[in-house]
Amino acid sequence: MNDYLIVASAIFCIGALGVLTRKNLIIIFMSLELMFNAANLGFVAVSDYLHLINGDIFVIFVMVVAAAEAAVALGIAIAFFREKGTIDIDKANELKY
Amino acid sequence: MDYKVLITWLIPLLPLSGWLLWGLFGKYFKGYSGYFASLFVAASFILSVILFIIVSYSHGFTSTLYPWIHAANFKVGISAVIDRLSVVMLVMVTGVSTIVHVYSIGYMKGDKGFSRYFSFLNLFVFSMIMLVISNNLLLLYVFWEAVGFCSYILIGFWYEKKSASDAGKKAFIVNRVGDVGFAIGIFLLFATTGTLNYEAVFKMIPMIPVFTTTVIALLLFVGAIGKSAQLPLHIWLPDAMEGPTPVSALIHAATMVTAGIYMIARFHIIFSYSPVASEVVLTIGTLSAFFAAFIALTQFDIKRIIAYSTISQLGYMFMAVGIGSYTAGIFHLISHAIFKGLLFLTAGSVMHALAGELDLRKMGGLYSKMKVTAITFIVGALALSGIPPFSGFFSKDAILADTYNKGFYFAWVIGELAAFMTAFYIFRLIFLAFFGKSNLDSKVHAHESSKMMTIPLIIMASLAVIVGFLGVPPFNTSIFYNFLHVDFKNAYNFSPFVENAPWYLLSLVSVLAGLSGIFAAYLLYIRKVVMPEWLKSAFKPIYALSYNKLYVDEIYDFLIIKPLFVLFNFLWKIVDVSVIDGAVNGVASSFAFFSVKVKKIQNGMLMSYILTLSIGVAALLFYYFIR
Repeated sequence: MNDYLIVASAIFCIGALGVLTRKNLIIIFMSLELMFNAANLGFVAVSDYLHLINGDIFVIFVMVVAAAEAAVALGIAIAFFREKGTIDIDKANELKY
Repeated sequence: MDYKVLITWLIPLLPLSGWLLWGLFGKYFKGYSGYFASLFVAASFILSVILFIIVSYSHGFTSTLYPWIHAANFKVGISAVIDRLSVVMLVMVTGVSTIVHVYSIGYMKGDKGFSRYFSFLNLFVFSMIMLVISNNLLLLYVFWEAVGFCSYILIGFWYEKKSASDAGKKAFIVNRVGDVGFAIGIFLLFATTGTLNYEAVFKMIPMIPVFTTTVIALLLFVGAIGKSAQLPLHIWLPDAMEGPTPVSALIHAATMVTAGIYMIARFHIIFSYSPVASEVVLTIGTLSAFFAAFIALTQFDIKRIIAYSTISQLGYMFMAVGIGSYTAGIFHLISHAIFKGLLFLTAGSVMHALAGELDLRKMGGLYSKMKVTAITFIVGALALSGIPPFSGFFSKDAILADTYNKGFYFAWVIGELAAFMTAFYIFRLIFLAFFGKSNLDSKVHAHESSKMMTIPLIIMASLAVIVGFLGVPPFNTSIFYNFLHVDFKNAYNFSPFVENAPWYLLSLVSVLAGLSGIFAAYLLYIRKVVMPEWLKSAFKPIYALSYNKLYVDEIYDFLIIKPLFVLFNFLWKIVDVSVIDGAVNGVASSFAFFSVKVKKIQNGMLMSYILTLSIGVAALLFYYFIR
């Protein structure tokens, strides 16, 4: 049980660091997916440990939402690329005071 | 409706409707508003006379037109008390008003504010009538203020002239000082007795402590000092002469300024139960009578001389009510209203003839040019000086005789001295204006005024002769005394007669005082036995004191206006500009300052947003775990 959770939080931290440090939009999405899946891993681990089915069902939902979100995010990335000619996140700095 | 009640309420309502008519539709009436206004007031006068006759053959009554305020035990109505005192006042007020209205038609002819003038004059007459007939203190106070307002607006009638509008403001503000006292007096009276109705109040007065009565009476008297222009609040009256002369005759001689005396006579029960307050009334009255006459000795503006004379004569009336001789006070009020109104109207006629000239030094020799005016003026002056058989002799003598017989010898001596000065200054005016050599401006063409103006003068002059005989001495048996005294029979007799000097001896002293005053003026200004200039330099400090009106204006300027000016300058420049404005602007600019700093956070960099978000979440989690 503990091992599963340690792995899950390790993957989550890797994902979070990726989101914070990378500048490439695609890499940030990939890191986000890592964070999702770390959470999913946590769900299934606890679900298995407690012999409940709730966590498994929740994981299915999360995956569906993550897929939809990824589609939207990639759409944004393409639109951003068309606008700026790059997908460097530092160039997205116009929404300010 | 009972016919008595109908008459009672028609008297004030006629001038009120006049005010609305000329005020709202004045331009359609053109020059006729004056005639209509006079007609309305004359109708009021006739109704007043009818009411007078009714009351003298039956008895007084009260009538309520409308219950104004009804709240639990507190009841105040628009109601009138009609007794002998109020009908005497009504006849006087409406009578003098009628004459002044007619005179004004001639005097104000061609003025562009003709209808406005008559509208406010009618409003004044309405307010004064209501003041006289109101039967509770609240209504009295309302109209006490209303006459003050009319006075203000009529003094400043020629508002384009700065001195006129300033004089109006001065009158209003000085009156305010008195009215604050008056209002507090009414509050105190209400707090003590729980009612404002005259009858109910008077019933309770003997039961409340003398000290409370004294305080109430003194506070009410403060109002009277302001309204009746007594020392030390007299300063507004001479300046009020900036208004049209008929206004001075009506408001500042005959009616409004006498409201203070009327008020004390009406509240004689309050004042008579407080001998201390009456003593104060007597003192103020005596001082005013003396010092106003003293100031009048050296003035050169004819209207101001008559204004100071009004203050002085009002002082006599306060002497009378201060010693408990209410009937004598009212008698002098009536006769003064006539002869002082006459003096003002004649002065207006002189002004009219000389194109507004008021300076005595630029007159002289007018007698041959305007005989009617001169003769009527002399009649008024003789009445003022107390020479028999003119009305002033009877009325002033009634007061002075009572003062002596009630044992107020000092007041009596001062009164006689003032009588001497009165005769001197008014005949100085006559000799300088109507006799001697002419110092007229060569451009001015002096002429007699129109019939519209001289006929009222003649009527007033004949009244000034006739009215006195209502009070043939000894005053205590005269017609006027017998008529009016019943209204004062409930007064507490705080100053009984201690002497019984024969009236003819006392009259002789008064007449001698008057005659010697006239003779002194004759010696100085006609025979020129002693040059006035020589006297001026011989008694320089006294002359300066009188010529500069005892420096009262300067003292007020120094004691009140200057410190207030400094204080308000401080409040404006320091407190308002730096403290209040500083606080308001400081709050605004500190927000501006911090918002500039804070808006840097929103820099548009996605990464920094995410970083902040993550730190926030981490901090929340951290807090959650260590809790």
